[in-house]
This record gives sequence, C-alpha cells and structure tokens, in this order.
Amino acid sequence: MTLPISPRLISFLVVTALGLAALLIMPMFLDSFSLLQATLFVAVAILALSQAFLWGYAGILSFGQAAFFGIGGYTYAVGVINFGDSTGAIALSMVIPAAVAALLGYFMFYGRISDAYVGVITLTVTTILYELSNSTSGDQYRIGSAQLGGFNGMPGLAPFNLPGQPDQWLDEKGTWYVAMGALLLIYILLRGLLSTWFGRVVVAIRENETRAMLVGYDVRFYKLVAFSISGGIAGLGGCIYAAWGGFVNPSVFALSMSAQAIVSVLVGGIGTLVGAIAGAVIIQALINLSGTQSIIDPSLGIGIILVVFVILVPQGLLPSISALVSKLKPKPAPQRLGHETQEVKP
Amino acid sequence: MTLVPLIDAKSITMRFGGVTAVRNVNFTLAESELRCLIGPNGAGKSTFFKILTGQLHPTEGRVAFRGTDTTRAEPHEIARLGVGIKTQVPNVFDGLTVFDNVLVAAQRKRTGPTARKIVEEVLERVRLTGIASRLVGQLAHGQRQWVEIATVLSQEPDLILLDEPAAGMNNEEVRRTAELIKEINKTQAVIVVEHDMAFIRMIAKTVTVFAQGAVLVEGNVDAVLSDQRVRDVYLGRTAA
Repeated sequence: MTLPISPRLISFLVVTALGLAALLIMPMFLDSFSLLQATLFVAVAILALSQAFLWGYAGILSFGQAAFFGIGGYTYAVGVINFGDSTGAIALSMVIPAAVAALLGYFMFYGRISDAYVGVITLTVTTILYELSNSTSGDQYRIGSAQLGGFNGMPGLAPFNLPGQPDQWLDEKGTWYVAMGALLLIYILLRGLLSTWFGRVVVAIRENETRAMLVGYDVRFYKLVAFSISGGIAGLGGCIYAAWGGFVNPSVFALSMSAQAIVSVLVGGIGTLVGAIAGAVIIQALINLSGTQSIIDPSLGIGIILVVFVILVPQGLLPSISALVSKLKPKPAPQRLGHETQEVKP
Repeated sequence: MTLVPLIDAKSITMRFGGVTAVRNVNFTLAESELRCLIGPNGAGKSTFFKILTGQLHPTEGRVAFRGTDTTRAEPHEIARLGVGIKTQVPNVFDGLTVFDNVLVAAQRKRTGPTARKIVEEVLERVRLTGIASRLVGQLAHGQRQWVEIATVLSQEPDLILLDEPAAGMNNEEVRRTAELIKEINKTQAVIVVEHDMAFIRMIAKTVTVFAQGAVLVEGNVDAVLSDQRVRDVYLGRTAA
C-alpha cells in the first residue's frame, strides 16, 4: 500500500529542503559582503511572510506591517543596549510587537470596524510611530541606558551573540545562520499552524466571516490571534534588520516599508507563503539595483512593478507558475474523497 | 414540572429606522418540534431567523433558548448553545473544498478522527461524498445548498433553521430535501421557512404564518393553508 502524498506536502518538503540548502550552502560560496546582503533579504522576507500570513490566509490587509517591523527593530536596539546580550532582546523583539498588535487588534476587531478601516488604522498607526520616533532626539528620550536618538536613530548596536554569552559575537556567517534559520523556522511553523484546526478556522473566516460565526467561532478572537502572530513575525524581521545594519532609525516605520511588504506578497502571489519570500527577494534585489542608478526613484520603481503585476500577472508568480504546471500535467482520475485543504483564493 | 420550550420568543419587535420588519411576535417551539414558517416576501421571516441566530438584536422583546436569554447574544454564542442555520442565499466557504467546509463546522465540537468521521457520515447522508474534494465556489447553486445543509448537520445542533431549503432545486431534489428534513426531525428540532406550498404539505404538521412582520395565524397545516386570511395575504390582499 502506498501512502498518498499531497502536492501541498511535496511543495512544503521541496521548499524546506531548498531553504535548508540555502542555509548551509550559501556561506560556503558567498563572500562576507554578499552574505550580509543575503541577510538583509532574509529580514525583508520575514516581513513579507508576516504580511502573507495575515493577508493571504487570514484575509486581513494591514497597511502597517512596518509598525511591527519597526517596533521589533527598536525593541532589539533598546534590549541589546540595556541587557548587553542579544538573547533576551531577540525574544522581546517578537513579544513586544505581538503584544502591541494584540492591543491594536483588540480595539479593531472587537470594535467591529470594517476591513477598509483596518487598513486606514494600521496605516495611521505606522505614520504616528514614524513621527513619534522622529521626535525623540532629546536626552530625555531614553529607555534605561538606550537613547532613542530621534531622526538619527540608534547607531552602533551590538550584533547577535551566542545565547547567554554576550562576549561571543556572531560574525556574518553566524548572523546568516540565525536569520535564515529563523526564516525557515517561521515558514515551517506557519505551514504547520495552517494545517491545524486553528489554521482551517482562520482561512474559513477569510472566506466567509458570517458562516464562521454561525458555526460557532468567535471571529474577533481568531483575527486578533492571527494579527498578533503576524505582528510578532514582523517584529523578528525588524530585529534581524537592526542587527544586520547595527543601527535602527525611524525609516523602519516608513510607509515604503509597509508598501514593500504588500508588493512582495502581490508579486509572489496572495495565498502562498513561499511566494511572499520569493516576492520579497525580487523586490529587494530591484531596490538594491535601483540604488546603483539615478534614473528611477526606488519607490517609483516599486509602484511600476505593482502596476505591471496587477495588470499582467494578477495572481502573482507562484500561483501562475503552479497553474501552468497543472495545465501541463496529465489530469488524474477523479477522486472519490479528498481531504486536502485548498487555500488558494479563486 | 413545566417543560422549558426550546425557543421562547416574547414580544419581538425589530425596527430599521422607520420601518418595522418584525412586530410584537410571540413564538415558542418545543423540543424536537418541526415548524414551518410561511408568508409572502417581506413578511419578516428571514429577519426573525436573524434574531433567533443573533445576527440581529431585536429592538424590543426577549428570546430564550432552553431558558437561556439569547436576546443580546452573539451569533457564535447562540451557535454554541446548539442552533444551526442554513441561510436563504448559500452561505459557504467558497475557497475551501466540500470536505473542509463541513470539517470546519464539525471540528468546533469534535477533534481529529472523530470530526473527520462525522464529516464522512454527513457527506454520505447528503450524497456529497463524490464531490468532497471539489472547491465549493465551483459548484452549482443546488449543490452549494446541500453543502450548507451538510455544514449545519455536522455542527450537531439541537435546533436547525432552514431558510428556503428547496429554492432552486428540481423536483427530485425537493423530494430528497423533504425526506432529509423529516429524518433530521427524528432527533433535532427544525424550523423551515419556505414558499413552496407543495413542499410545506410534504413536511409540515404545524405552520406559523407571517404577514407584515406579525404572526397572522398559527396551527395545523391543513387548517392554516385553507384559512381565508392566509390565502388573502398570499394573493396580496390586506390581512384582516
């Protein structure tokens, strides 16, 4: 008897194997500079993953993932300066954004505001945080021994260190292992979460909130939890970003950061996790590329990519490739009973 | 000992601005009862269903389910008490498979293999096993109605509300639906809203007639359907 292996399980195993290969092989072939660049790609990929989970699976379009990304970055900065150790700072950079997301989510979802206003509120909160962080340039704006620094931000942050050993700093390779390992782990955990009853309910709510309520689910609670998880993931992205650059400033709260996450998901395809990772890598590569020229502004470039994808590849890269592959494959005989979750939106 | 009714709605009034959709309705339903609600379009039947399921909170009056006040309860709280509803327009998870639609409802109460077993049984019961892996959004209207009925059944509710279950179905499907409702009613209470009088005759014992938001008449199906006032409201004449 052969055990049935679903296409989703195959794709999960392939992506995990590729991620593991990238984790182990890239440090062997890339020089320090390229590996640092790759770490930046991972940080924005984690941000995109938070957006992909929230938007593609929970159906909540947040225009403010940069808020949690930025809070994660600042939390790491404040934590590592005060503790002198990155271990607790990394943990807090997930916990604090998740808690802020839970608080914000409580008012949004239990206040029963419409989806459009969720977008408006998340956008507004990000803008407020941007302005707030810009206005912290005085000596009085400090948390413990960490001075927030206003427009100039917080430079000279310590990189990651071995857990509990603040003197053992990680080099580019070590930082890469932590960052890429985190991306891979988040991907695996999200896939796992989506295959549980909780994931099924979250996707069901995206499909039809009223029906989900009528079968007995408190939609507000599930949205709140999904929003909080997404905030924690974005926060970890911000933490890696801060550790990568050794600094954090108000630009982490910039609207272009939120836009980058949204466009990454659109490019990769809504309703896939790996698509968002691919989209984030493509967008960040184009931003880096546009930095070497002065003809097109990077933000304008992102806008052009968005328009091109919406018109030419509206489903995004991964779903389009997947549709093409299934068209080319010979059709299997009809199944009598199938238990697989189809989570891709029609 | 006094038996507590399954549903006890007292003096229910629902106003939307200046429009009164439901007017001073008193309604009780006993355990395991099958009741049909009829009435012309706009009579307030679907609004009354929304009040019973918590989708609307009445402007006045009180609703109780087995003695528990549900007047201001949320839809998920009422569902958890044991009320399931198939709405007038198919209300399903279009992007999920038939199996997963039903599983989402079943797993609210049951876990793992037990939930899956219930889903398989329910799908067999409503003859959807053959299309279990199809996306619901790709199905025809009639099939989507069956998916919704299967979803409600897998909730294992004590009271099932069916809003126009036979709408858009062919004669064979209508007959099957009537049989299914009678079978369901062996273990669960059912309230059916329907326009099709032939269908009502197939299933009903007691009928409540709604007209202009109020209960016009209630009683035995034959007596009600031969009542001149009922004929008048269906013909568009003003009720006496």
